[in-house]
Amino acid sequence: MSDSNASLPIIDNPGVNRRRFLKTAGATLGLAAWAAAMKPLLDLTPEVNADEFLQKHYRELTPEQKAVVFKRLEEEAKAEYDVDVTISDPPPMENVLFGYALNLSVCIGCRKCAEACHIENNHDRASNNSYICVFEMEKGGIDFEKGNATYDHPVPAPGKYYMPVQCQQCENAPCVTACPIEATWKEKDGIVVVDYNWCIGCRYCEAACPYHARRFNWEKPEIPAEEVNPDQSYLSNRIRPQGVMEKCTFCLHRTREGRLPACLEACPTGARVFGNLLDPDSEIRWVIENKRTFVLKEELGTKPRFFYYFDE
Amino acid sequence: MKISAGKMLFFVGLIIISAIAAQMYASVKQRERIVSPPQAEYSTLFPVKINAPKPLAEIATDQKDAKGNAILVSCQSCHSVRSPNPQNGSAGPLISFHQDLDFVHGKLVCISCHNPEGYYADFRLASGESINPENVMTLCAQCHGPQFRDYQNGSHGGMTGHWDLRKGPRQRNHCVDCHDPHKPAFPLFRPVAGPNDRFTPHQTKGTHE
Ligand code: SF4
Ligand code: SF4
Repeated sequence: MSDSNASLPIIDNPGVNRRRFLKTAGATLGLAAWAAAMKPLLDLTPEVNADEFLQKHYRELTPEQKAVVFKRLEEEAKAEYDVDVTISDPPPMENVLFGYALNLSVCIGCRKCAEACHIENNHDRASNNSYICVFEMEKGGIDFEKGNATYDHPVPAPGKYYMPVQCQQCENAPCVTACPIEATWKEKDGIVVVDYNWCIGCRYCEAACPYHARRFNWEKPEIPAEEVNPDQSYLSNRIRPQGVMEKCTFCLHRTREGRLPACLEACPTGARVFGNLLDPDSEIRWVIENKRTFVLKEELGTKPRFFYYFDE
Repeated sequence: MKISAGKMLFFVGLIIISAIAAQMYASVKQRERIVSPPQAEYSTLFPVKINAPKPLAEIATDQKDAKGNAILVSCQSCHSVRSPNPQNGSAGPLISFHQDLDFVHGKLVCISCHNPEGYYADFRLASGESINPENVMTLCAQCHGPQFRDYQNGSHGGMTGHWDLRKGPRQRNHCVDCHDPHKPAFPLFRPVAGPNDRFTPHQTKGTHE
């Protein structure tokens, strides 16, 4: 995970990361002197909050520390968005590896899935962002060059088919290798997550993703209080700060509690199949074993856990 | 009483054999426990409910109410006295009733699915067996086998609820939630608006470039 990807312009300097920098700085200067040295930085702007700056990586937080962090984030949401949210962090379930499949023969390109994602995951309203991009494709091939993601006419249009693309939750995730500070990683259930408080916004992961599945928060997300989804989790749909990366998490705040992802529930055609790849009786396994599924850009060796198929 | 050496040998043998058998049984048991899924957990699965189709009770007439909506009449009010014409296969010749009926479903005719003996409000399989409106999926499955197979395996038709039935129930669509049986082709949709992000140049607000 810490290996840097040779094909990307990453400064290979594993000895220094932010955490270690803070630690050594603290040790050499002494705490008071160090605090004084950091003062100008912490005074910079009210948005750079000292607690946040000093927060450890999510995976190093003890349950007690997590509780403190989550409380702070809930207070921030109250202050900035005027909503009472709850931030949880459901852990990966035992013996569960998530997979998703999409039937291209029945998808009509209605973008209902993208709309559901937008709402569920507290995306910025102005950009109408979501983690799903639906391409209108020419029948007879898979050529994204000829794909159009901005169509706005009744669907399905003659001679076209529709291909929604979101994070493929790759087994060999190039985005994870590209991150110079381990702010993004793959969890036990196969979901690639981002610690938004650790991300420094360098966007290497965005460049590394062959599926354009990652989004950057150019601006602070604007969402009216009454539209905020208050059921949030640390690693998924909590409102992201400005300047960090975000991506589809298979709605882990829902799916780790056994629920279906928001995009699947919204799909009016039933094009989407979700489930546990480790359960031989699951729907997703049935699809993989009985349909001719394929993955996008297989030649890259990313090993997606997102499958596509056509009915014969 | 004296026990002969032969008998003694027999009993000892019996004890040894039963010990071995018990051992084998225990190890089989053990293996079973390892390979089989945790039964207790799976025995409490939540249900998968399928939406019930609305019962067929009324049909539009050619009369309109003050708001311009077609006046409905119960099937039974005509069909209990007026015997159907099984020769009729389309809505065209029906000039005073069934006005909203747009019938485009292969080469089927009314009585391919409707049971005239039940005033058309219940259904009939190709075998002649009459079926309850709740089980109408069986009727569709007579011709749409692959779709029904996919449906049974959770890969056709929308659903909500839980992927993990150990955690909660699931609600599934019925055929007629998405397909009008008289005109089953999925209708055209106006898509939800797409994103206004920087990958779609003609839509950007011009704040970042
Ligand atoms: S909601 Fe379903 S049918 Fe509509 S674009 Fe998404 S996957 Fe396709
Ligand atoms: S699984 Fe959730 S996060 Fe991922 S695309 Fe669907 S709605 Fe968005």
